Amino acid sequence: MNSAKKFDVLRTILSVLIALAISFVIIFLVSEQPFEAIKNLLIGPLTSKRNMGNVVESMIPLIFTGTGVCIMFSANQINLGGEGAFHMGGLVASIIAIWVTGKFVSPVLALICAGLVGALFTAIPAIMKITTSASEMVSSLMINYVALYFGNYMLNNVIGDPAASAASYKLSEASELPVLVDGTRVHLGIIIALAVAVLGYVFLYRTKMGYQLRITGENEEFARYSGINIVKVILVSQLLGGFVIGLGGGVEMLSPIYSRFTWTSLLGYGWDAIIICTLAKKNPLYTPFAALFLAYLRTGASIMARRTDVTLEIVQITQGIIILLVVAEQFLSKYKHKMIAREAKAALKDEEVA
Amino acid sequence: MDRQIVLQMNHIMKIYGNGVVANEDVSLELRKGEIHALLGENGAGKSTLMKVLFGIEAPDQGEIVLNGKATVIKSPQDAISKGIGMVHQHFMLVPSLTVAENIILGVAPKKGLFIDMDKAIEAAANIAKEYNFEVDVRQRVEEIPVGIKQKVEILKALYRGAQILILDEPTAVLTPQETDELFVQLMKLREKGHTIIFISHKLDEIKKICDRATIMRNGRSMGTYEVADISTQEMSKLMVGREISLQFDKKPQHLTSKTLLKVRNLTVYNTQGVLKVDNLSFDIKGGEILGIAGVEGNGQTELIDTLTGLNKKYKGQIQIKGKEIAGSSIADIRGMKVAHIPEDRMTTGCASTLSIQENLFSYQFRDPAYSGKVLLKQKEIEKRSDSLIKEFLVKCKSRKQNVGMLSGGNIQKVIVAREFSTAPDIIIANQPTRGIDVGAAAFIRQRLLDFRDAGCAVILVSADLTEVFSLSDRLAVMYKGKFAGFFTDVGSVTEEELGQHMLGIKQDERLEGVLYE
Amino acid sequence: MWSSILSPDFFSAILRAATPILFAALASSIASKAGITNMALEGIMLFSALFGVIFSSLTQSAWLGMLITMVLGGLIGLALAFFVLNLKTDEILAAIAINLTATGGTVLLMVAFSGDRGVSSSIRSVSAPSVVIPLVDQIPFIGQILSGQNVMVWMSLLAVVILHLFLYKTPMGLAIRAVGENKNAAESVGISSRKVQYIALIISGALAALGGFYLSGGYMNMFTKDMTSGRGYIGLAAASMGGNTPVGGFLVSLLFGMAQALANIMQLTSVMPYEIILMIPYLTTLVGLGVYYYAQKRKKERLSGK
Repeated sequence: MNSAKKFDVLRTILSVLIALAISFVIIFLVSEQPFEAIKNLLIGPLTSKRNMGNVVESMIPLIFTGTGVCIMFSANQINLGGEGAFHMGGLVASIIAIWVTGKFVSPVLALICAGLVGALFTAIPAIMKITTSASEMVSSLMINYVALYFGNYMLNNVIGDPAASAASYKLSEASELPVLVDGTRVHLGIIIALAVAVLGYVFLYRTKMGYQLRITGENEEFARYSGINIVKVILVSQLLGGFVIGLGGGVEMLSPIYSRFTWTSLLGYGWDAIIICTLAKKNPLYTPFAALFLAYLRTGASIMARRTDVTLEIVQITQGIIILLVVAEQFLSKYKHKMIAREAKAALKDEEVA
Repeated sequence: MDRQIVLQMNHIMKIYGNGVVANEDVSLELRKGEIHALLGENGAGKSTLMKVLFGIEAPDQGEIVLNGKATVIKSPQDAISKGIGMVHQHFMLVPSLTVAENIILGVAPKKGLFIDMDKAIEAAANIAKEYNFEVDVRQRVEEIPVGIKQKVEILKALYRGAQILILDEPTAVLTPQETDELFVQLMKLREKGHTIIFISHKLDEIKKICDRATIMRNGRSMGTYEVADISTQEMSKLMVGREISLQFDKKPQHLTSKTLLKVRNLTVYNTQGVLKVDNLSFDIKGGEILGIAGVEGNGQTELIDTLTGLNKKYKGQIQIKGKEIAGSSIADIRGMKVAHIPEDRMTTGCASTLSIQENLFSYQFRDPAYSGKVLLKQKEIEKRSDSLIKEFLVKCKSRKQNVGMLSGGNIQKVIVAREFSTAPDIIIANQPTRGIDVGAAAFIRQRLLDFRDAGCAVILVSADLTEVFSLSDRLAVMYKGKFAGFFTDVGSVTEEELGQHMLGIKQDERLEGVLYE
Repeated sequence: MWSSILSPDFFSAILRAATPILFAALASSIASKAGITNMALEGIMLFSALFGVIFSSLTQSAWLGMLITMVLGGLIGLALAFFVLNLKTDEILAAIAINLTATGGTVLLMVAFSGDRGVSSSIRSVSAPSVVIPLVDQIPFIGQILSGQNVMVWMSLLAVVILHLFLYKTPMGLAIRAVGENKNAAESVGISSRKVQYIALIISGALAALGGFYLSGGYMNMFTKDMTSGRGYIGLAAASMGGNTPVGGFLVSLLFGMAQALANIMQLTSVMPYEIILMIPYLTTLVGLGVYYYAQKRKKERLSGK
């Protein structure tokens, strides 16, 4: 590992520690039982099988969306449509899961369609950018709301169960993803998620298309000069990223957590994905670790919120601070410079000796 | 007649952080009301000297005497307040603002909290009128032609009270008519007592309007001359003259029979609509190096971009191995075994945030040896990367190191390794050794010769005359989009002659040996 | 239905719904004009909606509460500027961080301050007052639209005018536009681009704060969790589609306001599902963005291609 990479890892760890420290300070300020709260936050997830199961279960959507965003951002497209793609994926999966009852057919068909709809969804800002040069960031923010209201429309007018309030008809039992560990809700989705992370890595770092995608993302002009078809690469990256995210929405919907479609607002996984992608340095292989960290923190926070007077939302502050510090290029830059200079000097010495 | 001296720059020395000595003991003296040419090749140190004068760079040694008093110029603002104005080659204008707004930017006349726009327009119009500049100050800058934009730049400086005006290659972007107009205006400015520093390498223009000229070469001043007393030949000799040519073990030439690249009547306009390549025709066969010399900006970039497919808007024919390239993508052209060493290594030639290995295969990964239908053959790529790093003597820790961490010379070696490893039949090298260390440069030049000996056709565009002299089998000099001179016997050309063609003093109508048929 | 659409009530509903978006659009315009995309608007508005409730209740004055909220909004803008300009943080990621912090931070603060969780019902805040302007309310129809509107609706309209004058008529406005378009040109005449961008982001934060304040102290009289629900992003899009000019932002904001008001009526009538109506502003923006940028692209090509 060279010094620049070593520094990156060090800084990420330090950022996490600083963010946690700030969170502790906040807990001390707002809580009457700060030690209890911190204890629950830090070791709560380890205290029972069910809690550990919660950590794994909440990792699943994070791995999917994180991997999808890694693929989209690797092509240097700031597409924030993950939020909507996840929503659409969940919606389409539930529609199919309601009407198709065949064993095996139902979940497979539901997941494939969820992925496809996610792909089409994130491709919209990319196509708009290619044809009209409109910023993909602004248009992707807008289509997220289209997804939300489309979901609401479907829920209220097409798949809504008159017998339930703000919920669809029950999803067919055949569609539900099986639980893997008794006494928890850890389901098949975790296997799919890990496979997707690995495949995402293989795609970006081992395939011809992924290689072209990363070259385009790092320097578009160099990519063009090298004979890479940039329009095709950008389209593929957005389609594939959206597919993975949509698939994640489908998996979440078919998990034992839900028995009906009940999403009436956007869930925020699109934004979480950006944290995951930032922590994983755009490498899908690291997304499970980043997701584990985030899921652990959240599970800890929800245990803390249940048992003490500190609210769950404190994790969002922790997350915000982590991102700010991790992406602040100049944060600790003096130290980085020293580290690289020291290494350069050492290298010079080696040369002299040799 | 001896006029008052307004500015002296005495014994200026400037060494940049990376150890490059850009100015080594340069002196410049300006008289009130003169147009003073600063003449020199790219890299001779003109820009550095002007940056020192305009407060952008601090000199390491030497002094600046302004109106008889020694001064330190700390920043461009400081320079402006001392009456020095500069018109940069790339315009410093805000396109969506009006001419008047650009002129008063930062020094707007106020009425209460607001800009007094009537007064601003009046002031801008007045100054334009005073100097006879025909400019509509209410127009937006994005809507006016280049020639007028330049006038706005000059007005901006005058509005801030500039007595000394630095013009950095002001005619580079102008049409001949616009140039003539500019000259009339510069002469008016001279009459009004302004002093103008005119940076250029166009000798005819200097002859036309400059009073004196200071000639620079290799960071040193070669003296100041009354323009009337010195011939263009003498000027070009002082500017270009070189002592030694490089020593290479250059084998006798073995031309292959096939014409690999055939260009006919090629005409290219740049994005601003300026004619850059003017009805150019030439051929090149395997086993030779065609050198293209010339002052930068005479169409070399546009020619190369068109040959390699980066630019697709052109008129005329380009045939590679007998096949017309119109409609071919960059990948198609590369597929015809054309390698391209680009002019700008950082923006075009590499992705600095990717590893050496990833930079080495940006084209070649398509080769069945390195990839299957979907996957890359990682092992083969790694092996080949290591061997390329070894073969091309790239100094690095490993193939995984980011290219951006390497020195300029080593980055260039990575680029050259990538381009040469495709077993090319045609190599198009644009400034392949610019700004890199002597060792790396010699290495790259030797490689180009090796390819020529192996039957490859090489086009070498370079501003480095020593380089084109020592490598080329045939040599073209590009001037204003045309070949102003063409030499089949490179050994017999004198530097003086070459300089005269480069600067447009001599322009051959008939070019012997450009075409093979 | 038509009668309700053509009534003055409908138009006054448009203004009410447009106001928070308008503030956000203005905040986005000034940041964009200085060359920075301020996506943190969403978070700043959310924070401000809570600050408004807290500080108006502490001071028992809407005006003091509003002032403090504006100062705090400006400070968040300052923090964003510090991260983006000094620490070289990617502006989008910095904004996402601020927005996340706002989502959690507001709930945390509300709980700490009042013990309320979802809605700030136990905080006794003071809302901005409604105003009746003597002569204006006599004008038929228009008077009915404008009369009795919240003072902040008026303030938002005033802000359009002031921001327009500021950007296009003052030396600082000129400097902001110059920096956003060509930093080097501005620097070459002695303008400090960093200082100008700091100022623009502080103003942007303060404007967004007004939008947030209005949500909890005008549009509604309390703070609810996540109450901005994307209005900051819509403001960003509205500004972009309005060419980042205050007047353009105003017109696009009205479009959003109209869709919102229409959706509210449709909910009662059932001519068209109201969810579809709610989609209209977003779809319109999408189309608008496409058309606007396509025209810009063509214009650029024309200018360079000749």
